[in-house]
Amino acid sequence: MGHDQKYIDKKNYEVVGTRFNRPDGIDKVTGKARYGADASAPGQLVGRVLRSPHAHASIVKINVSKAEKLPGVKAIITSADLPDLTGQDQGLADILENCMARGRALYDGHAVAAVAAVDEQTAAKALKLIDVKYKKLPHVTDVDAAMCESAPVIHDRIITRGIEPKPTKPSNIAARTQMGHGDVEAGFAEADVVIEKSYKTEQTHQGYIEPHACLASVNPDGTAELWVTTQGHFVFRNVCASLLGLDIAKLKVTSSEIGGGFGGKTHVWVEPVALALSRKANRPVKLVMGRDEVFRATGPTSSTSIDVKMGAKKDGTITAAVAEMRYQGGAFPGNWAMLGCMTAFACYDIKNNESIGWDVVVNRPKVAAYRAPSAPMAAFAVESTIDELAKEIGMAPIDMRLKNVAREGTLAPYGPTYGPIGIEHTLKAVKDHPHMRAKLKKNQGRGVACGFWFNIGGQTCTDLNIGVDGTVNLTLGTVDVGGSRSSMAMIAAEELGIPYEQVRANIADTTSLGHNDMTEGSRGTFSSGMATVFAARDAIGVLKQRAAKMWGITEEDVIWENGQAIATGDSHGNLPPLSLKEIAAKAGRTGGPIAGHNEVVADGAGMGFASHICDVEVDPETGRSTIIRYTVVQDAGKAINPDYVEGQFQGGATQGIGWALNEEYIYGDDGCLQNPGFLDYRIPVCSDLPFIDTQILEVPNPLHPYGIRGVGETSIVPPLAAVGNAIANATGVRMSHAPMSPPRVLAAIDTLEHAS
Amino acid sequence: MSNATLVSTTVNGDPVQFACPTDESLMTALRNRVGLTGVKEGCGTGDCGACSVTLDGSLVCACLVLGVEAEGREVTTVEGLSQDGELHVLQQKFIDHAALQCGICTPGFLVAAKTLLDRNPNPDETEIRYALAGNLCRCTGYDKIVRAVQDAAKDMRKANKKRR
Repeated sequence: MGHDQKYIDKKNYEVVGTRFNRPDGIDKVTGKARYGADASAPGQLVGRVLRSPHAHASIVKINVSKAEKLPGVKAIITSADLPDLTGQDQGLADILENCMARGRALYDGHAVAAVAAVDEQTAAKALKLIDVKYKKLPHVTDVDAAMCESAPVIHDRIITRGIEPKPTKPSNIAARTQMGHGDVEAGFAEADVVIEKSYKTEQTHQGYIEPHACLASVNPDGTAELWVTTQGHFVFRNVCASLLGLDIAKLKVTSSEIGGGFGGKTHVWVEPVALALSRKANRPVKLVMGRDEVFRATGPTSSTSIDVKMGAKKDGTITAAVAEMRYQGGAFPGNWAMLGCMTAFACYDIKNNESIGWDVVVNRPKVAAYRAPSAPMAAFAVESTIDELAKEIGMAPIDMRLKNVAREGTLAPYGPTYGPIGIEHTLKAVKDHPHMRAKLKKNQGRGVACGFWFNIGGQTCTDLNIGVDGTVNLTLGTVDVGGSRSSMAMIAAEELGIPYEQVRANIADTTSLGHNDMTEGSRGTFSSGMATVFAARDAIGVLKQRAAKMWGITEEDVIWENGQAIATGDSHGNLPPLSLKEIAAKAGRTGGPIAGHNEVVADGAGMGFASHICDVEVDPETGRSTIIRYTVVQDAGKAINPDYVEGQFQGGATQGIGWALNEEYIYGDDGCLQNPGFLDYRIPVCSDLPFIDTQILEVPNPLHPYGIRGVGETSIVPPLAAVGNAIANATGVRMSHAPMSPPRVLAAIDTLEHAS
Repeated sequence: MSNATLVSTTVNGDPVQFACPTDESLMTALRNRVGLTGVKEGCGTGDCGACSVTLDGSLVCACLVLGVEAEGREVTTVEGLSQDGELHVLQQKFIDHAALQCGICTPGFLVAAKTLLDRNPNPDETEIRYALAGNLCRCTGYDKIVRAVQDAAKDMRKANKKRR
């Protein structure tokens, strides 16, 4: 369905590829835009959540009698108010248990009870009056420690998947994954040089500035509404309806403006709790998380421990590569190590490769997707090792990457054979970039690294309605997290042949449009872009019919060009064209409203590749690294609005830089998070960074009508290794533990000096 | 509401009264009692700057000021930046430069940037970066924000020259 040769070769875009201001701009610069916490409802209550202060504990008893008696308290819930309706669906059961502990608190910050009260002060007081009797249990928060025989087993139900014969005893290892191709032993035997190294990366948080927030209202007849900050309100609707026992059609979910998500707003956390509170209190409940709750209880990414072994010939050919990767998914199983395996060697054509992944549970919050989830850690290990390999051989790292780069026809480590991909283009652009020739000063170093991330397609549904004045409402169901309303309006304008200003793009609530999957996996612009193209073409079909009717000719004699219907054929040569506006004005007399529609499972998502250049200066006295220049080169397939593509490149790179240099979850011996705030969990601030240069390449995705590839995620993949490689070149020390914070870099420098 | 105090203040040029508990932050009072939800809560601990407002012209995190401290003083929020239906130059430049993605930090950045340019009409890049270091943005990498502020400063200097 997606393949349309006519548009792959389209070069003369009128609207697409230019820079338009976003339709939500004025609302966002004036304070009018309404986010998760900015809605209110008549009679609304304030919801608050009580959270476990222990890393792992049995909940012996919860006594709410004192709290219930506090004037102004309208409802208190525990897991008893969220009965398990999940049937055989263990994934859904995990979500339910994560929303509210069921007999056992599995991590510091795990929700235990919740209250709804008339105001914040009363709700806060009520939380203090809830008496929870805990019995502390042994805990484990480190991924390697959790895999040991001696580690406390968190879930008796977890028997490692992917091992033959099936283990008989439960453990913290949820799954083993293996993939790759060729004969790695033979490959290593061919190698002149073999490098083997181990790496660790610490847990980081998406760090969206807007905490999770929602406003829930449930009526006794089972109708309900939820206003929520989310990356996918249709999925939230389905999950919440399942957990609460509501009919899907009766739960109306409206997505607010979203104050950042990066994957962290693909999962429900407080939404089912707010709905359950509202159901019990029979009043609307607004529930807004505090920042400490966001850190302690919502979607961080995995911490990891990774071993990499790579071998190469003297000419730079990589003959074999093996990675063994351990990813923790928090207190519930995930598939994070599998994603690490799939991405680790994806930039290269390595004849013999093998990736083994271990998905592990620990007493930490349930891991959620974070922008190209699992790929940055794998890339840190692999891209650092490639630099070491190049050094050993005496080859420039960029040339070694080019020598082994994946191309169209390369068998990807995770199975498919690549179509046209852009990794080689990005590496060549890096090699030619003036940044690569800029002089470096003392204590400065330069690093290059590559990154890969998939795109996904998925279910998408779009409406396009033409008003009597010829203006167009484009109704989308993929939440706009990065400016997609602008991009979609541009695509609709391009197809219809009308000015951008004539199109208004809106995100519909769940009662107004068919199901749309999450805005995740870099799918928003890819899939809604595809549905918008087809919805517009559907509308053009109607416009042509109506023009034919107005002219009294057959539809076959009408074509659509530059926003107007044109009559063709010898007998109609004198008919003046009819514009979209003219046809729209007569719609009531030619058959009624003019609309286009499309529902699609958007197949054919392309792959996103990037190469980054990083210059860093390391202070040898303190170990502090400062980014002095940074360049992102990435293949966008086709950049619909280059402003927003650049914004994705710069934002992703900055998150990667934060991960590389500063950001980490720090757990104490008690298993409790010690830095649940922006002061101690330091994300990059304005004065930490230079301008982030960008270069957009366009290697069209042949399976999308406009050649679009998703661009949202890949840019976070290379920075850890780009920074690590730059530090290695500045100092001579190879950092194998991210973040490469001042104490770690200083310790490494000291060790090197002592050794020499 | 226990220990409520009546507060008389000026918000964005208008006289405003609200009653709030003595331990309630100015951020919460502005959002919940005055209805100015352009004041955003990102952390509640003064680390993110999303609730930046000015109090008698000084830049503050509204979450670190009590509502009752606004008594007799002048508060300006993002809602007060545009005047007579015209966007402030900074607001227009943020849109033109795509200096916002999700936009949750934008109100705080605009208030902080305006405070900077009121004080220093010709800041260099480093001065801009340090003046805005108290405002966290997770989407943009700050690149387009700094460019928008530079461009706004240039236009504002030109306009001031003309006026003179």
